[in-house]
Parts: sequence; C-alpha cells; structure tokens
Amino acid sequence: MFEAIAFYFFSAILIASAVMVIAARNPVHSVLFLILSFFNAAGLFVLLGAEFLAMILIVVYVGAVAVLFLFVVMMLDIDFAELKRGSLQYLPFGALVGLILVAELVMAGSVWVLKPAVVAAKASATPAGVTNTVALGRILYTDYVYYFQIAGLVLLVAMIGAIVLTLRSRPGVRRQVISVQNARTAAMAVDMHDLKPGEGA
Amino acid sequence: MQLANFLSGLGWNHSLAWFVSQFVLILIFDVVLLVMIAYLLLADRKIWAAVQMRRGPNVVGPFGLLQTFADLFKFLFKEVIIPAGANKVIFMIAPLITVTLAFAGWAVVPMQEHWVVSDINVGILYLFAMSSLGVYGIIMAGWASNSKYPFLSALRAAAQMVSYEVSIGFVIITVLLFAGSLNLSDIVRAQAGTGILPHWYVFSILFPMLPIFFVSALAETNRPPFDLVEAESELVAGFFVEYSSTPFLLFFLGEYLSIVLMCAMCSILFLGGWLPPLNIAPFTWVPGIIWFLLKICFFFFMFAMVKAMVPRYRYDQLMRLGWKVFLPTSLLWVVLTAGWVLFVRPHL
Repeated sequence: MFEAIAFYFFSAILIASAVMVIAARNPVHSVLFLILSFFNAAGLFVLLGAEFLAMILIVVYVGAVAVLFLFVVMMLDIDFAELKRGSLQYLPFGALVGLILVAELVMAGSVWVLKPAVVAAKASATPAGVTNTVALGRILYTDYVYYFQIAGLVLLVAMIGAIVLTLRSRPGVRRQVISVQNARTAAMAVDMHDLKPGEGA
Repeated sequence: MQLANFLSGLGWNHSLAWFVSQFVLILIFDVVLLVMIAYLLLADRKIWAAVQMRRGPNVVGPFGLLQTFADLFKFLFKEVIIPAGANKVIFMIAPLITVTLAFAGWAVVPMQEHWVVSDINVGILYLFAMSSLGVYGIIMAGWASNSKYPFLSALRAAAQMVSYEVSIGFVIITVLLFAGSLNLSDIVRAQAGTGILPHWYVFSILFPMLPIFFVSALAETNRPPFDLVEAESELVAGFFVEYSSTPFLLFFLGEYLSIVLMCAMCSILFLGGWLPPLNIAPFTWVPGIIWFLLKICFFFFMFAMVKAMVPRYRYDQLMRLGWKVFLPTSLLWVVLTAGWVLFVRPHL
C-alpha cells in the first residue's frame, strides 16, 4: 500500500515539477524545479529497487551538474518576458519536433523486438543473490567494458576541450608558487647592512 | 522493530505498524541527536574559549550547561524578518532544506551492530549525496536574499563545496574498494580484524586518506579555516546575513548536524565505527555505541581545535589545495588501493 502511495506521490510531483521547469517565469525557479524533478526520479528508482542508480542520479546530476547550472543561471540577468515574445511563431515548429519525438518513443516502445534472453533479463533491478551495485559492476566491467572506456574517453576529450577553450595566459600576472615560497630562506630574503650614522643606505 | 511487533500483536495492519514504529524510532533518534548537538555546541564554545584563555559560557546553569537552550529560546522568541526585496518562498525554504538534509544523512549511520534507522545497501553513497546536497541551502539562501554579500557567499559556497566533494568521493572510493561494500555496517564489520588488534583502516595503507578526508570535511561543512562562505571580515556573515531568529537557528543547527555527521563518517570509514580499540575483555564489555560516541567526540574535538588555531585560507589557496593537492593525491591512492586489493592483499 505504501509503495503505491509513494509511487503516485513521486510521479505526481515529478510531472508537476517537470511542467513547472518550462512554465516558471524565473529561470532560477526553473532550475530549482528541475532539481526537484531529478529528486523525485531518484525516488522512483528507489521504488524500483535500483538504489545505486538513484544515488548516482542525485550525486552526479543534483549534487554537481545542477549546482553548476544554478551557478550560471543565478548570475545571468535574463528578462524572460523579452525572450518569450514571438514564441508563438515558433510554436508550430516546436510542436512538430515534439510530435516526432513522441512518435519515436511510441515506436521504440511498441515495435522494438527484444531477444528472448534480454526479455528474461528485463525488469530485474535486483537480480537474485546480489545487490544491484554488484550486478551493474559485473555487466559494466565485463560485457560492456569497451563502451565504458569509450564513454570515459569522450568525457576526457570534452574536459580537455573545455580547458583549452578557456585557457588564456595573461602577461604580468603574479602567481603564487608555494614551492618557491617554501624554498626561500632567511639568507635569500634578508640583506644585512652595516650603516654608519649620518650616511644612510 | 519490537514496537512494530507489539502493534501487529494488537491487530494493526502490518505495514501501518511498521510505519508507526519507524516514525517513533526516527522521532526518538532525532531528539537524542538534538540534545547531543546542544552539548557538542557548548563543548565547541568551551574548547574555543580554553584555547583563547577565556572562560566561555558559564552563566546559564551550572558551568553554563544550559547556555545552548537559552540561545535556542532566544532565537525562537525573536521576530522573523524577511527583507522586502527577497524572494520570499525560496528565502524560507532554504534553511528548511539545510536542516532536513542534515537530519536525513543520519538515517543510515549505524550506531552499533543492528542499531541503524535504515540499513540500506548504498549507505555510503546516500551519505555522500546528502552532504553534497547541502550546498543548495546555501545557494538558495544567498540568491533569495537579493543582497550583495549573501550572493557572493553563495557563489563561493558553490565552487568550494563542489571542489571538495571530488576528493571526498575519491577517499570514499578507496575505503569501499578495501571493504568491498557500500553498506556502512559492512564497512565497519570489515574493520573488525581477527586477532586482538582491530583492522581499522587508519592503520592500513589507507592512512593518508584520513587527513585528506578530515580536511575536505572541514571545507565541505564550511568550518574554519575554510569558512570563506561566511568570512566575517569580507562578507559580514555570508549567506545568512539577512536571516534572523528561527530561520537562522535552522542554518546553525544544520551546520552543526552536518559537522557531527562528518565526524561520524570519519570514525565509520577509518576508526572502525562501533568497534572497540582492542578485542580483549575490558574493552569488549563497553557497548559499541559508547565507542562510537567517543570517536565522534574525538573528531569533534579536532574540528574545534582547528577552528581555534588555524587562520582562514585565502580563496585561491583553498582552490589550489582542493584541485592541485587533494585531487591528484586521492586519485593516485585510488589506483594504489585498487592494485593492493587486487594483487597484494590475496597473498598476505
């Protein structure tokens, strides 16, 4: 009974907040609603028994990605009323894209034929005897290890690309070099002079 | 659990009995936690005072034992002030989020063998998730206040907490590689050892990870020397400049709850949680929860001493420490630990 209540609770909030992401007038509110919908999706994962995915969803998307998202959106000064003006003329195009996506989803859900082995393995978030973290690890690091590595490389390339794009070396900037500071001794820093009275340095 | 069985015996629906007993358990746990926080807060101030050769709070009650409760009522009876320019809903939600997340993390902390509110398989990930969500309370508060200092503080908090989460994550990975489980109770049991000496992870090749975890925990909870988020000399008081009375109290409470949670995490991951220091008679008589609380108090003392003794970091130094020192070290240690677990440990 509680599972059903929890399911409807999470799903209702998930859908409502997903709608609010595009309906909210303030971009910061949109991001906060996005976070709320991530959170409820994680709740649905937990109900399915996929607790590892739920936690990873929260750690990666909510804990890191959405923070940076919020960080950027907070600093922008966007007038959304200005942006939304003339959105009506793009509406047919948007509706077309949406329709194509829905059609594809329906096709993927209905026309797709799965191998019998896959059908047997489907819908078992918690295989018998192992926790789903172990089960995921066993599949990810054996059968799909190359895909896993390729995904990692793609991320690495993206990271290096982002760094290269934003790296600039400005001349005349004094940087702190800790090793140089630590290597500095009294002999290097202090210069002793024996001054006579009335002569100065 | 016993309450659930009792209620089922009275003819209650099983799931309803479970729900009610779990609710009562959580309520008791939280009240005990709050009282503990009240005295740890006093201890913090006393330690701080002792380092500065002051007396600390000593007026309310004997030795100032009731000082925290006096402060509590002071906060409760003050008027809540919401700035006119603030985004009111988010302004009020922010402290609630902070304190709720800080409480939620405690759900998976095992106090003793089988003494845990929720013994889930991914306990350590859950704790990590809850501590990384803590940044939202601060960002939302800073943004909703609609004022310069809180906003700057929110930006600092976002960058700082995301940076130090990375090294905390890697330290957690080394520990769970060693323990082979994400369940906190299993991690503690894996440190039990076989002989008289326990096999606490601080005494294994994971020992350099404890200082890294400890310092990252300081940064993650915005404790001095990493309290750039609320640096008084630059940002007045940071993200809670505009907060008063009960919302302020909630921030304060959430901050201390997450600090003590970090102390608990340190002792579970590295000092063997509820396990006694030696597996011989006088030590094993003491209940595990006492050992666990002693370890928490030890780490809390360390937190307090750091606050009293270390000057605040500059922001670029904070970032340098996080990204250029802790990240490579902990990443290297993940590789080393994985190699150790795979190639060396089976032959020991």
